[in-house]
Amino acid sequence: MTEFSSGLLTLPGRTFLQFLVYLGQLAELMRELSIAVRSGVWRLKLVAQQIVAIGYGSQAVVIVTGAFTGAVFTFQSYAKFKDFGFETTVGAVVSVALCRELGPVLAGLMVAGRVGAAMAADIGTMKVTEQVDALRVMGVHPVDFLVLPRFLAMMISMPFLVAESISFGLFASYLVTSFGYDMPSAWYLTHMLDHTNMDDLNIGMIKGFVFGMLITLISCHQGLSAENGAVGVGLGTTRAVVISSLVLLIVNFFLSILLNYIFPIGTA
Amino acid sequence: MADPTTNAAPTSAPENGSTHAFIELKNVCKRFGSQQVLLNINLTIQHGETVCIIGPSGEGKTVTLKHIIGLIKPDSGEIYVDGVHVNRLKEREMAPIRQKVSMLFQGAALFDNLTVEQNVAFPLLEHGVRDLAEIDRRVRAALQAVDLDEHRHKFPTSLSGGMRKRTGIARAIIDRSECILYDEPNSGLDPIGSDIIDQMVLRMQRRYSITSIIVTHDMRSVFKIANRVAMLYRGEIRFLGTPTELRECNDPIVQDFINGRSDVTG
Repeated sequence: MTEFSSGLLTLPGRTFLQFLVYLGQLAELMRELSIAVRSGVWRLKLVAQQIVAIGYGSQAVVIVTGAFTGAVFTFQSYAKFKDFGFETTVGAVVSVALCRELGPVLAGLMVAGRVGAAMAADIGTMKVTEQVDALRVMGVHPVDFLVLPRFLAMMISMPFLVAESISFGLFASYLVTSFGYDMPSAWYLTHMLDHTNMDDLNIGMIKGFVFGMLITLISCHQGLSAENGAVGVGLGTTRAVVISSLVLLIVNFFLSILLNYIFPIGTA
Repeated sequence: MADPTTNAAPTSAPENGSTHAFIELKNVCKRFGSQQVLLNINLTIQHGETVCIIGPSGEGKTVTLKHIIGLIKPDSGEIYVDGVHVNRLKEREMAPIRQKVSMLFQGAALFDNLTVEQNVAFPLLEHGVRDLAEIDRRVRAALQAVDLDEHRHKFPTSLSGGMRKRTGIARAIIDRSECILYDEPNSGLDPIGSDIIDQMVLRMQRRYSITSIIVTHDMRSVFKIANRVAMLYRGEIRFLGTPTELRECNDPIVQDFINGRSDVTG
C-alpha cells in the first residue's frame, strides 16, 4: 500500500480524532466558564460594555434581516396561499415561522457573523500579542476576564435581538399584506393572534439563549486558540463564523424536534 | 514590602548572599515538536539576586522565563517558586505565585484599549485595591520611575517601542512583586533608555531585594547589573557564574557570544 493511499485511509480517523479533541476543548472552556460564573466576580462594567457592543450594536442588522425576511416570506406565501383560498392565514403562518424558526435562526446567524467574528478577532489579537499571557501573569484567568463578560452580555442581549427580529418581521409582513395586497388588517391580526401563543415565543427565546451560548463558546475558543500572528487571527475569525453558523443550523434542527415535544405546535 | 516605585526609605536591607532559594529549576526539559528546547536545565536563583540569561536567539531563554511563571509546563523536571512546586499547579492555583512574580514581556503586551495609566493601574485593580487615591499615587510613582508620567493619558498605539517597554516595566513593578522577570528589557531602546532600565533594576535590587531574572542580548547591561549570568546554548546551560567569571571563561562558544564573533566570514 502506498503512502498516499494509507494516508487516505487514516484521514477519516484523524479527522474524527481532531473533532473529538475540539469537542474536548469546548467542554473544558465550558467548565472554566461555569467556574467563572460561580465565582461571582462578574466585572459588570465589562459586561455593560459588551452589551453595548453585542446588543446595541447588532440591532440594525437584526432588524433589517428580520423585517425583510418577514416581508419576502409574506410576499411569496400570500400568492401561493391565494390559489387555495387560504390567504387570510398568511399572518398565522408567518408569525409561527418567525417565532419558532426564522427569528432566532436569522438573528443567530447575523450575530455569529458580526459578533462572533469580533470576539474571535479581539481575543485572537490579544493572544498573539501576548496580552492574554499578560493577564495570566497578573493572576487574572483569561476566561474570567475575556469570556465571562461576553457570555453574560450575549445571554442578556440575544433574547432582545430575537424579539426584535420577530417583531420587525411581523410588522413588515403586516405592511405587505395590508398595503401590498389590500387584505383587511383585522383578518391578518386576528389569524395571527389566534394561532400564535406563548409557546411559540418561548421557543424563540430558548433558541436565542442556546445560540448565544454556542456563538460565544465557539468564537472565544477560536480567539483563545489563535497562534501564528495575523494569519492565525484571520483564520480563527473565519473559523469562528463558519463553525458558529453551521453548528447553529444543525443544533436548530435537533432543538426544534426537542422543543416541539415540549411545546407542541398547533395545539392552540 | 516597600513600594519599589517610591523614594521612601527601604524597609529591608538587600539580601544578597542569602541562602534562601527563591526559584529552582531541576532537570527541566521541554520539547516543541522535533526541537528539544530545554534539556535538563538546573538553575537556582537566590532571593534578591539578579541573574541575566544570555544565549543565541531561539535557545530557550524566553521559554525558561515562561516556565518559571507557569505560562508553559515542562515535559519533565520540577520548578519551585518560593518553595512551591509550580508545575503541578493548575491555572487558577497559580494566582498566589503570580502575585509574587511579575513579568515584562518582549513586546510589553500592553492592553490596546487602555491608556498608559489604566494599563499600569490594572494589576492593582485586579488584586483588589479600591482606594483611588492610593492607586493614583502608586501609578504616578511607577510612571515617574520610568520617566513616563507626562504620557499617562496616551494609548499604547501612540507610544514608541521604548515607551511601550517602559510602560510594561511600570506595570510589572507597581504590584510590589518579590521577583520580576524581564524578557529583553533593553531591546529597541536607545542607550539612555537602556541605562534607565538598568539603573532601575539595580535600584530595586539594592533597596528592596527584588529578585530579577533578565533575558538579554545586551552584554553591557549584563556586566553592569548581573550578580550571576547563565548562558543557554543548545538547550543546556553552557555557562553559569559571575560576570567576572564570564569574562575570564575559556570556552570559545561563550567568548564568541560575549564578544559578538560569528563563524561567518566575508
